[in-house]
Amino acid sequence: MSFLTQVRWSPYVVGVGIGILSWLSFLINKKALGSSTSFAKTSGMLEKLLRGPNVALKPYYQKIKLDIDWQWMLVLGIVFGALFSSVLSDDFNLQWVPSLWISTFGNTPVIRLLIAFIGGILLGFGARWADGCTSGHGISGALQLAVSSWISAIAFFVSGILMAHIMFNIIP
Amino acid sequence: MAVKKKKSLIQNRQTWSPLAWGLAFGVVFGFLLQKGGVTHYDVILGQLLLTDFTVVKIILTAVLTGMIGIYVMKNLGWVNLEVKSGSWGMNAIGGLIFGIGFAMLGYCPGTIAGAIGNGSLDALVGGLAGIWIGSGLFAAFYPKLRTGILRFGDFGDVTLPKLFKVNDWVIVLPAAGLILTLLIWIESAGL
Repeated sequence: MSFLTQVRWSPYVVGVGIGILSWLSFLINKKALGSSTSFAKTSGMLEKLLRGPNVALKPYYQKIKLDIDWQWMLVLGIVFGALFSSVLSDDFNLQWVPSLWISTFGNTPVIRLLIAFIGGILLGFGARWADGCTSGHGISGALQLAVSSWISAIAFFVSGILMAHIMFNIIP
Repeated sequence: MAVKKKKSLIQNRQTWSPLAWGLAFGVVFGFLLQKGGVTHYDVILGQLLLTDFTVVKIILTAVLTGMIGIYVMKNLGWVNLEVKSGSWGMNAIGGLIFGIGFAMLGYCPGTIAGAIGNGSLDALVGGLAGIWIGSGLFAAFYPKLRTGILRFGDFGDVTLPKLFKVNDWVIVLPAAGLILTLLIWIESAGL
């Protein structure tokens, strides 16, 4: 069982594993793996808590439904799965600023948190706009050869690569 | 009587099991993502800076494996596809906005959940709140967007085999060959 305590597996082993997980998800759950809608549901549920039941009447929340469903539990499961994996391999690390960030932008947590926050806003907004993320489009949609997903996945990486180069190679 | 009891058992299973299955699948998914290293900011930014190809290797291998299995099972009549409909206005523009956020945050919605499990506090404190706010903003703008830009260049829930009106395997096999070639090329280039 020593493979469970290894810090890293080959990306090909991980990829095949995710591929097989997607077969099982279609067979058992009749659903494709996806993540981002769950964040929109949580956002709507939190807003409903703060501003009352009328929030659920917004057209977008009527469309996605503000409930805890299969995919919401999937995202919660990811947190626990990653926690198990990192604790087993001693890779769990409470960290405010990642080392690659420190090497270019320094180790001030506030700056990192601010950029992560703004990035999160754009990511959340963009995921809703494109109706999916790296899981729903990049893996599940792409493997079904969905046109919407291939366009989305290419757009994610084209602008991601451009923005990362602007941040790390042009701004500093 | 026995038949009736069996039926209600199945009905019970249907009420609780989707959530339990979701959690179980998530635990395996999160475990795999963490073992692959993609719950780490450095690995994701390494991909976007084109210095570390772990993310692309995982995605392409997952797509290759998943695609062959799903299309075999589809042709056996075991599964139905779950294709999202789309449009150029939706997927191209939304995707470009997503990518900017992806590079700034350094996690995507699936891997940020994994990063939180991994102990990354920038994911938990900064990123998560941002994603919630971004999603909420979209819900606020949705009534205006859905009749406008999201409709631009609409193509519906089409797959590549449907688009070209060909047998599934006419696309699946060359796509598999292309992905495999790309992976071998990445590996032989030492990336």
